[in-house]
Amino acid sequence: MSTRSVVVYKAFERFWHWLQAVLIFFLGFTGFEIHGTYAFFGFRDAVRYHNVAAIMLLLLIVFAVFWHLTTGEWRQYVPTLTNIRSQLNYYLFGIFRNAPHPTRKTVLSKLNPLQKITYFGLKVLVIPIIVTSGLLYMLYRYPQQYGIAGLNIESLEVIAIAHTIGAFLLVSFVVGHLYLITTGETVTSNLKAMLTGVEDLADHGTEPDGGAPAPDPVIAQEKAS
Amino acid sequence: MKKIVLILAFLGLAILLAAGSLLRKESEATTLMKLKERYAKKPVPSVNHAAFPSLQKVFASPQQVTAACIACHNQRHTEIMESNHWNWEREEYIAGRGVVYLGKKNAINNFCIGTRGNERSCAKCHIGYGMDAQGEVYTDSTNIDCLVCHDNTDTYAKAPEKGGAPIPTLDLRAIAGHIGRPRRSNCGVCHFFGGGGNNVKHGDLEMSMFEPAAATDIHMGTDGMNMVCVDCHQTERHVIAGKLYSLASTNQHRATCEQCHTETPHTDDILNEHTRKVACQSCHIPTYAKDNATKMFWDWSTAGRLRNGEPFVEEDTMGNHAYMSIKGTFQWAKDVTPEYVWFNGTASHYLLGDKVGDTTQTLVLNPLRGSYADVASKIIPVKVHRARQPFDPVNRILIQPKLYADAKGEGAFWLDFDWSTAAATGMKDVNLPFSGKTTFITTAMNWPVNHMVASKQETVPCGECHTRTNGRLAGLTDFYMPGRDYSPLVDTGGTWLLLLTVAGAVIHGSIRVILARKAHRRGDA
Repeated sequence: MSTRSVVVYKAFERFWHWLQAVLIFFLGFTGFEIHGTYAFFGFRDAVRYHNVAAIMLLLLIVFAVFWHLTTGEWRQYVPTLTNIRSQLNYYLFGIFRNAPHPTRKTVLSKLNPLQKITYFGLKVLVIPIIVTSGLLYMLYRYPQQYGIAGLNIESLEVIAIAHTIGAFLLVSFVVGHLYLITTGETVTSNLKAMLTGVEDLADHGTEPDGGAPAPDPVIAQEKAS
Repeated sequence: MKKIVLILAFLGLAILLAAGSLLRKESEATTLMKLKERYAKKPVPSVNHAAFPSLQKVFASPQQVTAACIACHNQRHTEIMESNHWNWEREEYIAGRGVVYLGKKNAINNFCIGTRGNERSCAKCHIGYGMDAQGEVYTDSTNIDCLVCHDNTDTYAKAPEKGGAPIPTLDLRAIAGHIGRPRRSNCGVCHFFGGGGNNVKHGDLEMSMFEPAAATDIHMGTDGMNMVCVDCHQTERHVIAGKLYSLASTNQHRATCEQCHTETPHTDDILNEHTRKVACQSCHIPTYAKDNATKMFWDWSTAGRLRNGEPFVEEDTMGNHAYMSIKGTFQWAKDVTPEYVWFNGTASHYLLGDKVGDTTQTLVLNPLRGSYADVASKIIPVKVHRARQPFDPVNRILIQPKLYADAKGEGAFWLDFDWSTAAATGMKDVNLPFSGKTTFITTAMNWPVNHMVASKQETVPCGECHTRTNGRLAGLTDFYMPGRDYSPLVDTGGTWLLLLTVAGAVIHGSIRVILARKAHRRGDA
């Protein structure tokens, strides 16, 4: 099968991905210090850094949502049950026999069905949990004596625990994500693709599920010139 | 190009944000600057009292001085005679009890227990002369002791056990000519020695505060703002702002930090948010009794031991009384970390004659009210003074013993060392029954800590409360505090999820590596 070098991850996408990665690592690290799991920066600095990084992540999320909506890239994350069994089979059995990936990666469909479900879950469940609880945490105001009772949140407890649940889910995702980087065509091909944007993909004109024909992929050499 | 613009726009915003929130403001808050400016100007007396002819004479008695004062200040004595400093009581409302005239006459403490029957000795700290053995004060206004508060020569002193009269050798003319606004020494001469010695009671008010270093008290430090008591305890017509809940109950007439510093004095929003639930003192007074030890425990049950028939005194390593035959065993501590309680500004009190229910629990003589759920409550630091004190187990009331008398045989414990006669005499003086039995129960008193405020560099760091174990607020468990609290279920579940994910990756990866090697070797063969 012939392959072509194509840009799978565009510049903003890579920027978004890596900055998000750094911020999530930093937020996880400072967050679990605030949680009391260990001490490193000291509580006060951990809180200050955590809050700044949180606002940066929120800002990044706003930019990323805008980008996904305007470019139509959000369609990548629409979950599908097609091929999900074969994808599961691949991770449980095929991968050990060096079997080929059951789904083909293309520019318009770069996520396999399991990835789609995972990222979909991340975007509609974990990120909203952590962002909503984080915003409430940040904007939490103790009940005021003369405030409107209906607007008072009696305690930080529910907010903080929801935020902790989100954090555990996100950290677990990161661990799985880091491992699954190594399950590309070669051990490093996924990492290389996310760093450079360019990946060697199978050369074919149409989507595997019979979708619209792919537009001319940007050829790496052209972009470099 | 569009992508680059998007990225640059994001980065620009992010850098602005980070710089804005992380760079601390170097300039001081304007409120603090204005306060420093105001209190840097020390008040100058408007008149020279020494120049008044009516004060240029020999005074035969301190009452004559008072008469001279009233001759010009002809309404002030009425203010004084309505004050709690004169009456030793205040009108207070105690929830569940109603309006109470609360004061030394009906409250019991766990130091020298009470004034009743001991008035001639206690009167050394009454702003009057001539208190008799029954605690009755002459209603004559010339018995007001103007000088104990207004002497600016630092020479005026009251005699011990003379009903409040000054020592007879004073130069009253010189003192009367140099009177003025009360100094730290005027207040401190009583308030620093409450309980019969330096720093026995408060912990945060003691003789180092006569001329404190700024390291001891940032407000009163002579090498700093050099403020005096009445700068904060502002006084209008002899009504002095501020009171302590050892003898107060209602949330009024308080002198608070916020009155000068506002409720949001920090440049950091998170710290300002703390002020809704945490009193200023909790963070800004890391320790009390910084310079001299304060009494933490008083065990009356060991009092009365004699050596060769004589009372004796033993000292601890710091030079404080560790044992006194007249008072019992003491424990002292220096540079003490406060205990913390919720407080909404109201307290209740054990009053003379109140029945005690459960004596296996510590009896708190002045329980401070408050909780996290109560919007008016804040966390405050307190000195808790604990004691074992005499108790009538049949009538189930605390005993007010007679301690002081002029001569042996009048039942005074300090002379006769006999609990049964001291208790019988003392209880008769206050018209309460006494069964003849004396036991000792454990009591505690809360003394809110308000002085010895540290510099902002010395403030309690966040991590001393926001910590899993042994935090300063470990005892306050009715709310969720980040860094201390967590859901054990979520933490256990989350840890397992994380461990299983890691284990899954390791096992999956290992199988891949092993199988790949095997395949590789087979390929080679």
